Amino acid sequence: MYGWLWRHLPGPVVVRVLILAVAAAAVLVVCFAWVFPAVAPHMPFNETTVGE
Amino acid sequence: MSRTRNAVFGTIGVIGEVLITIGVLLFAFLVWQLWWTDVVGNRAQAQIVAELPFEPVPSPTPSGTLAAVPVIAPPRHDDPPVMDEPPHATTFATMQVPRWDGEPARPVSEGTDRAGVLDVLGIGHYKGTAMPGGVGNFAVAGHRTTYAKPFNRIAELKAGDPIVVRTTDNIWYVYRVTSTQIVEPSDIGVIAPVPGKPGETPTERMITLTTCHPMFSARQRYIVHGVLDYWAPTADGIPAELAGGAS
Repeated sequence: MYGWLWRHLPGPVVVRVLILAVAAAAVLVVCFAWVFPAVAPHMPFNETTVGE
Repeated sequence: MSRTRNAVFGTIGVIGEVLITIGVLLFAFLVWQLWWTDVVGNRAQAQIVAELPFEPVPSPTPSGTLAAVPVIAPPRHDDPPVMDEPPHATTFATMQVPRWDGEPARPVSEGTDRAGVLDVLGIGHYKGTAMPGGVGNFAVAGHRTTYAKPFNRIAELKAGDPIVVRTTDNIWYVYRVTSTQIVEPSDIGVIAPVPGKPGETPTERMITLTTCHPMFSARQRYIVHGVLDYWAPTADGIPAELAGGAS
């Protein structure tokens, strides 16, 4: 998977590393901003109230 | 090596990479949940408190060369004014616990749903329970871990500790902790007007804090009960409990 990705990226090694770093950062930003906040309410912890 | 064996090893390699990726993402989720929600929450809650329409308390009068002494509000033990219950997600008070040295005043808002109040506004007030100073039970919930964890240090509270509430009606309400208990999540009696005795008519002005227990678990709830000690208008000064030292 990552081998395939590496082989299909253009440019010299430096450019490929930069592209991958930017892509990884983008994935993290998307996770922090949208994915994790959407997932968190379904996690079985953090309930603080009494009642149903 | 045959084509079949190549395909098998290739598939195993991809599965391994997928599993490693899932592991990295799970770790990122932990970082987000355990650290980032605190960073965002602390910033947001400090902003909410700063924007509350509080009238200023009297400023300390510099007396010669001595350090400025804060104006202490005289305690009042007559019937306190009680504000009406505000609309959902409205921030109407702050809460400060001197025992939690270093913790800022936290906003208290109407409602206890996570998406609308607890995850974004800090402490939440159980709808239908008494308002600060009211006869009955002023019941609030807050996170003990994550989302700025306003009740993180709840287990440090001991009987007699002050809990200071300041409403947007510019009143201080100083409660004293009377007891702590650990209950099942379904035990709604702890926020009844008379805690533990649902249906009875209240005569006291109680406060109840609820949060999760043990930490990082939803198995039980940590409960703190308290009773109103005194009240004072914020125009009279600050409670002695917040002036440092005295408690």
